[in-house]
Amino acid sequence: MDADLHELTAAYALDALDADEADAYEAHLAQCESCRTELATLGKTATALAWAVEAPAPPERLRSRILDAAAAERTNVVPLLPQRRPWLLRATAGVAAVAACAAVGLGVWAGLLSRSLNSERSARATDARAVEILADRASRRVPLKGGQGVVALAPDGEGVLVVRRLPEAPSGKTYEAWVIPHGGAPKPAGLFSGGDRTTVLRLDQRVPRGAVVAATVERSGGVDAPTQTPLFSAQS
Amino acid sequence: MHDVKRELAHLSDEALVALAARSEQSALAELYDRYGRAAYGLAFRVLRDEALAEDAVQDAFLSVWRTAARFVPERGAASTWILTLVHRRAVDVVRREQRRRTEPLERAPEPPGGGAVDEEAWVRLQRERVQAALQQLPDQQREALELAYYGGFTQSELAERLGQPIGTIKSRMFTGLARLRELLRDPGMETSWTPISTS
Repeated sequence: MDADLHELTAAYALDALDADEADAYEAHLAQCESCRTELATLGKTATALAWAVEAPAPPERLRSRILDAAAAERTNVVPLLPQRRPWLLRATAGVAAVAACAAVGLGVWAGLLSRSLNSERSARATDARAVEILADRASRRVPLKGGQGVVALAPDGEGVLVVRRLPEAPSGKTYEAWVIPHGGAPKPAGLFSGGDRTTVLRLDQRVPRGAVVAATVERSGGVDAPTQTPLFSAQS
Repeated sequence: MHDVKRELAHLSDEALVALAARSEQSALAELYDRYGRAAYGLAFRVLRDEALAEDAVQDAFLSVWRTAARFVPERGAASTWILTLVHRRAVDVVRREQRRRTEPLERAPEPPGGGAVDEEAWVRLQRERVQAALQQLPDQQREALELAYYGGFTQSELAERLGQPIGTIKSRMFTGLARLRELLRDPGMETSWTPISTS
């Protein structure tokens, strides 16, 4: 029976078990380390399917609806509704959550809160050409190393850097992008300030094959050659 | 766009869940800003109904709010947890309502421009990447994954619908999902994220 249950990991990750099967699998999971490990990665893969959907954006009102309901609940103690308990949740988790929070570091937290709310953020509209390159199926996508994002490269070498969740550059500093041809010196390829959910920057320099695209933190106004170690890079 | 508490934008998902556990409402808002779009798209794909999709997303985020203190980061990413809650909720409803449908959605209208353009670029890159990976799977494996995940069918229902032994369906789902896992190994395109340090 256990071997059978073992095979159900993918179906469980896809929510393709009926209630009885799911109960049996969860009981097995509690005792099977290898299934827990397998589920952690297959569950993540299953939820990747959520990103493949081409669907309308949620209505604006949904955000406030959820936040209002959350605020109303927290003011009085609400018993948990009887529903199937997700595996990720177990009673011991309180400790882990506190640990995770401590790991954030109080210093970091305080620093983030004290950072000025209204610090300048460039209101640069996204370059239309950048949007074209991103939409072009013929452009190559090279994932970043050291950061979350991608460099999209049009066949002619025009490049667009997409970075997620880059903190705003420290005061008096800027981010600077570089195109580093194979065996050549880094060429400045544009300045950006970060601080947005997603930063999209069209590179000022073409990116030849084999070149590296990288970014460093430099003094405001930018510099002609990088003075810092790259935060992240992509090998084209 | 929502400019409130931009500082939270630089915390990891797991740190936000820990803050939500301490009734920090802005942390829940930030989690919604990160995953609400994917959550709603998923719920809408499964349920084919705006009102039901909104309810499923709301239920899932309220579950996050209620149970954040019991989240175990070691068992998986917070983004996986959130989207799993949304999916489970949507599938429960679709099974109860018997309303599931298998055709893909009609092409969604392009969202309005403005501040959302950069974010749209990211959503589109993610969509392309996962769709491209799906296209690389053998047809039968892709069909099993799509009917299970988007259609809300159980493995027994799939066996009946496709006229195959249940062992075959299990194996298609397992092989397909494991292959997809390999195809999506690409650290620069992670949907969950950890902050970049500038210090």
